[in-house]
Amino acid sequence: MTRPAEGHDPQPLFELIEVEKVYMVRRPGSVFSTAKVGLPALDGVRLKIRKGASVAIVGESGSGKSTLLRVLLGLTRPTEGRALYQGRPIDEVRAEGREFARQVAMVYQDARGSLNPRMTIGALIAEPLRHFAICPETDLPARVKALLARVGLPAEVADRYPSALSGGQVRRVAIARALASEPTVLVADEAVSGLDVSTQAQLLNLLRRLQREMALTLVFITHDLGVASYLCEDIAIMYLGRIVETGPTNAVLNAPAHPYARALRRAAPEFFAPITEPLPGEIPSPLDLPPGCRFSGRCDRVQPDCHLSDPALLRFGGPAANRAAACFYPLTESPTAPQKRDIHA
Amino acid sequence: MTDVLLSVEGLTVHRGARRILDDVSFSLGRGETLALVGESGAGKSTIAAALMGLLAGQARVEGTAAFDEAPDLLSLPEKAWNRLRGRRLAMIFQDAGAALNPCYTVGSQLTTVLRRQLSLGRAEARARAIALLESVGLNDAAARMSAYPHQLSGGMQQRVMVAIALACDPDLLFADEPTSALDVTIQAQIVRLILDQTKQKGASCIFVLHDLALASQSCDRIVVLYAGQVMEAGPSETVLRDPRHPYTRLLKSCVIEIGTSELDPPPGSVPGYDDLPAGCRFASRCPRALPRCRTDKPRLEEVAGRSLACWNPEEAA
Ligand SMILES: Nc1ncnc2c1ncn2[C@@H]1O[C@H](COP(=O)(O)OP(=O)(O)OP(=O)(O)O)[C@@H](O)[C@H]1O
Ligand SMILES: Nc1ncnc2c1ncn2[C@@H]1O[C@H](COP(=O)(O)OP(=O)(O)OP(=O)(O)O)[C@@H](O)[C@H]1O
Ligand code: SF4
Ligand SMILES: [Mg+2]
Ligand SMILES: [Mg+2]
Repeated sequence: MTRPAEGHDPQPLFELIEVEKVYMVRRPGSVFSTAKVGLPALDGVRLKIRKGASVAIVGESGSGKSTLLRVLLGLTRPTEGRALYQGRPIDEVRAEGREFARQVAMVYQDARGSLNPRMTIGALIAEPLRHFAICPETDLPARVKALLARVGLPAEVADRYPSALSGGQVRRVAIARALASEPTVLVADEAVSGLDVSTQAQLLNLLRRLQREMALTLVFITHDLGVASYLCEDIAIMYLGRIVETGPTNAVLNAPAHPYARALRRAAPEFFAPITEPLPGEIPSPLDLPPGCRFSGRCDRVQPDCHLSDPALLRFGGPAANRAAACFYPLTESPTAPQKRDIHA
Repeated sequence: MTDVLLSVEGLTVHRGARRILDDVSFSLGRGETLALVGESGAGKSTIAAALMGLLAGQARVEGTAAFDEAPDLLSLPEKAWNRLRGRRLAMIFQDAGAALNPCYTVGSQLTTVLRRQLSLGRAEARARAIALLESVGLNDAAARMSAYPHQLSGGMQQRVMVAIALACDPDLLFADEPTSALDVTIQAQIVRLILDQTKQKGASCIFVLHDLALASQSCDRIVVLYAGQVMEAGPSETVLRDPRHPYTRLLKSCVIEIGTSELDPPPGSVPGYDDLPAGCRFASRCPRALPRCRTDKPRLEEVAGRSLACWNPEEAA
């Protein structure tokens, strides 16, 4: 869609370069001691997001998805590496004023918790309109009504309180609020999980339509590969703080290269298919990472050298394929070894 | 179904004036797995609670539920329940973290169950507990006995729950969304574990699920609920390959699989229990509703190899 036809990349909207985020946490089991240890929530993360792209971030709990979003939003500063928005450090851009916050809107996972229960829906949506001075005061009611219509809610909802709305309606309100500032980027953390299937389908269609109509850049965290493939052109799969595979969603899900990506793909329920042999073992604790590749303890392609060093995210399949994986023994179709070229080369 | 283990007839539950379950009937054979599906608030957990005798004093329960040689679970006195619950009927709750007691080690929670239910001695209970933890795939089981729940990952906590539920070799296991709090690869492990363990022991299992695709993969039978009424029930293969109830069709059409390119969900959402139509509870959203659907309640009837409650069912696919 917005992928450049020519080989050279224009400046991406967001770019993460070797981003690392270490949280200092209390050593587990030492309730009374104040000794802290570093927990690497993100480690060596590289990601480019083009304007108008739709990117799904998937991975198991604790893999660093929310931390990655916080870095993109400028709410968390990386411990190492650089996080750029249009070529400039995100925290710097954010500190300059409201413009960044207006452009980059967020839909939180806990939609109900993000809405003040004592404000009416109308007032909740008017709030960002005022804050960002989107329209004159007299136009507010009409704007609120238009935003409600945009997310498929009737106008009378404006007079109600969040407690009088269903879970799906509350998510719509959260999306309407995010759209109020006329953003160019929408960042959503599990915005449709835990909803009924029919409500989820309605919301996904809404997000798809908005993305097309308003040319939004969409960054969407989900643990559901079906949702990722329905909504997002590109995908980034995370495991324990690292991106282990990226590429066009369909290509990645049809033929995953990283053994973890394949395991995720196989674990996704499929009508009438025999239930698959699950991936063995548990996810290691981020405080106690195995040496070498973090997936090595659960991987069926593991070789002795996988325990020696951590594989980097490398491109394969040529520039047109736009794919990369962090594995010494990826599942690529070509019989020859994958092109081991640095992603930034 | 040759050997029926559980047969529920006309299960109706009132909470105050609200009829949460309305005339629910289904049955389950020995060794079979059954999926209870339906959107939030459909009454899935209420069915489990009623059959586990957990609604006493909270709700008015009518109907019968024959279980093995017991003619009716729903009219059992509380005393009789103490011999059944945890022993012959066991339950795995949705949120393992909350269901396990944070103040006791995994080992003591497991041995308490074994000693109370099976009257085992201390050493015997401990040996049995370790064997159970091993059977649910917890490595280093002896060492894990002294772990507190918070020291285990969500997946391990859920395995411990499975171990506790299976401790006394129950005939019937309820698993109320055993995996929705877990990640996909761990979720696959737990579903597989429950299926393997119940199959091995010849036990039956009722899974409360949200995911129709997962139901088709893991369950022999399925019951589709909407707002407290059974819409369609039968062998999951029959029901899910060729749904005849408009609601089952709708649910299936909303499932997103990898590669789904279009979704066409109907507008609206599940109604509240306060404004239900007198007839079919799905009538207000049904694309095939006839005038009589709003006033007359369709009864469950045997149609095309399944039970169906609909005045205007879909044609064969
Ligand atoms: N403020 C914090 N302080 C300390 N550790 C944190 C903090 N926030 C996150 N972590 C840890 O960082 C790691 C990554 O967490 P993050 O919330 O980014 O994961 P996630 O992929 O969003 O998981 P989930 O799917 O459960 O939301 C986890 O191990 C988490 O415990
Ligand atoms: N303790 C309670 N007191 C009053 N009403 C209740 C109680 N528990 C459940 N209900 C109501 O009973 C109805 C059925 O609830 P139930 O928990 O059985 O649904 P469910 O199908 O399990 O939904 P979910 O998928 O959200 O778990 C709902 O309308 C719910 O609000
Ligand atoms: S690097 Fe080795 S251990 Fe890691 S995913 Fe690839 S094959 Fe498996
Ligand atoms: Mg998160
Ligand atoms: Mg429930």
